[in-house]
Amino acid sequence: MDNKSRIKIYEVDTEVISNNYINNDYKHLILRAPSRALDIVPGQFFHLQCPTFEGSISFLRRPMSVYQFSKKEKQIEFLYKLHGKGTRAISNLKKNNIFNIVGPLGKGFLLEENYKNIVLIARGVGLATLAPLGNLAFEKGINLTVICSARSKEHLMSIDLFNSLSNKVITVTDNDGSSSMVNLELLINNLMLSQSVDAFFTCGSNRILKLLKKLCGLNNIPGQIALEQQMACGIGMCFCCVRPFEIGNKIIQKRVCNEGPVFRISEALPW
Amino acid sequence: MVDLRINIGDIILKNPIMPASGTFSEDLASVFDIDLLGAHVAKTITTEIRSGNATPRVSESGYNMLNSIGIPSKGIEDFKKNILPIYKEYNTPFIASVSAPSADGFAYICDKISVPGVDAIEINISCPNIEDDGKAFAMRPNSTFKVIEKVRSITNIPIWAKLTPNTGEIMEVAKAAQDAGANALVVANTILAMQIDIKTYKPSLGNIMGGLSGPGLKPIVLRMVYQCSKVVDIPIIGCGGISNFEDVIEFILAGSSAVQVGTATFINPCVMLSILSGIKGYCEENKVSKISDLIGLVDDKNTPDTFALMEIDI
Ligand SMILES: Cc1cc2nc3c(=O)[nH]c(=O)nc-3n(C[C@H](O)[C@H](O)[C@H](O)COP(=O)(O)OP(=O)(O)OC[C@H]3O[C@@H](n4cnc5c(N)ncnc54)[C@H](O)[C@@H]3O)c2cc1C
Ligand SMILES: Cc1cc2nc3c(=O)[nH]c(=O)nc-3n(C[C@H](O)[C@H](O)[C@H](O)COP(=O)(O)O)c2cc1C
Ligand code: FES
Repeated sequence: MDNKSRIKIYEVDTEVISNNYINNDYKHLILRAPSRALDIVPGQFFHLQCPTFEGSISFLRRPMSVYQFSKKEKQIEFLYKLHGKGTRAISNLKKNNIFNIVGPLGKGFLLEENYKNIVLIARGVGLATLAPLGNLAFEKGINLTVICSARSKEHLMSIDLFNSLSNKVITVTDNDGSSSMVNLELLINNLMLSQSVDAFFTCGSNRILKLLKKLCGLNNIPGQIALEQQMACGIGMCFCCVRPFEIGNKIIQKRVCNEGPVFRISEALPW
Repeated sequence: MVDLRINIGDIILKNPIMPASGTFSEDLASVFDIDLLGAHVAKTITTEIRSGNATPRVSESGYNMLNSIGIPSKGIEDFKKNILPIYKEYNTPFIASVSAPSADGFAYICDKISVPGVDAIEINISCPNIEDDGKAFAMRPNSTFKVIEKVRSITNIPIWAKLTPNTGEIMEVAKAAQDAGANALVVANTILAMQIDIKTYKPSLGNIMGGLSGPGLKPIVLRMVYQCSKVVDIPIIGCGGISNFEDVIEFILAGSSAVQVGTATFINPCVMLSILSGIKGYCEENKVSKISDLIGLVDDKNTPDTFALMEIDI
């Protein structure tokens, strides 16, 4: 790739518009960002510089998928789970604070021209990654089915967003047992009986990956998954973020930040 | 106009700022024009195909990071076919970096990559010497000497010896590298370190131990650059924790001719550009017309030499 045709990555200061709780564990961060940094493909992520918070330092940046974005409004949004010190520091950001982000990073989801019916399967925070793909599919007039899985009804998020993009939003939870792999398999098999499916898209969950590897394989349907790994540079230089993939009969290490975070389900390996 | 040019032996750098091996790739060209850098330094390669260490390969500790990447390598042919051509498009010296488990191994790979387009070879001797007791070559003067001498006998391309801070004999090692024919020293690699998660009792890295890099390294490596500059005449390239232009000026005053920036680029991908404009500004403000005039200007006149060179007796 020559220098000029490279996709640009920007390091930019953004301004916090809001940073509100969605439920006990998740927050929704909305930022005002320069529009040059907002040519984003769904599935891409940014590398966020956590502020110091109560004396605790988060030295490395934190990777976070783009949840929503609008070049016109100069806005970018993240949906994040309070996990450790970095995300806690981010949760302390207040309106008008300046927040430094690097991106867009990585390779996003690919919607092939011939896709007419796609299925998104989102578990937990994975729906943050899949949400912008929902928007894009909607814009392209692709028929969208969304299966949202969470611990309980209270933990289901963004149902309203998905309902505005699709008339087939199915929710399953651990509490009523509907999110079990047996049930999910049944659900997907029934779906494939009632309509055609051109591709599956998912994120993060090991159990869902195993299930989809099986179903994609059996039915010869392609699938894509966004994966996570600890990162340092986020742009492909350090090889911190590798995961193993099966390509042909070989196990190959690929960088999640650079070759991913979106990979083919057929190549991704459960962990 | 400030003259930022620096000579490392016969190689002329347009400025003293270059990336550190393993913390740079052509991917950085997505962030800024990497032709603005003084040199391009590639990730270390080995003759053997290696997949690298288990994950997690990274963790953070204060303002530093630990890594245990483990030198994944696709080998010599991949380097020639896929890496080298990328850098031929730039007007910037290209420095390869190699590692091997023995002196002969180093000579073999250096011979193979002594090809047009490689302006110098960094000899990463911070790796274990498997023919001896597994300690890194650069921990001791004699193993350093053997590697550099072997490599020197096989290639005419300039060789830069990259030293390790994990030694009590930095000056002897530096001298050995010079005596064996190194054209420059890179001081230094990461400090061996570890970290334990107090919830799980597990080491933070899959490999248990790893290399510490980042700002915490800076004063330690600065001291080593200073010590080395007292015993060698070849140029020294400082490397360790450099995050801003002030750090660079400090390293130059301590005796570095140029510097390498690693971890700081992970935190701020444009940092080498800000450093460049920072050193220009510093020179203008302080009426320094040639940055090379600052090399080794640390004012240590009132200190007896014996004191300056002492190991740890403070
Ligand atoms: C491409 C990508 C997209 C992501 N998108 C989202 C998202 O949209 N919403 C969300 O809530 N989370 C997302 N994550 C996970 C998020 O990066 C981690 O939850 C976060 O880094 C945790 O940081 P911490 O300091 O709170 O936790 P700590 O456990 O204190 O973090 C310690 C170190 O481990 C790293 N780390 C911990 N968990 C993860 C993880 N799951 N993935 C990668 N690095 C990790 C941290 O970055 C940090 O370097 C994404 C991860 C990746 C790789
Ligand atoms: C992720 C990572 C990978 C590295 N890989 C190499 C390598 O392949 N070869 C090498 O000589 N040094 C390697 N280093 C060491 C750096 O080149 C540099 O010497 C060290 O990080 C200190 O500089 P810094 O504090 O500016 O990062 C690596 C460092 C890091 C953080
Ligand atoms: S995080 Fe550095 S290569 Fe992926």
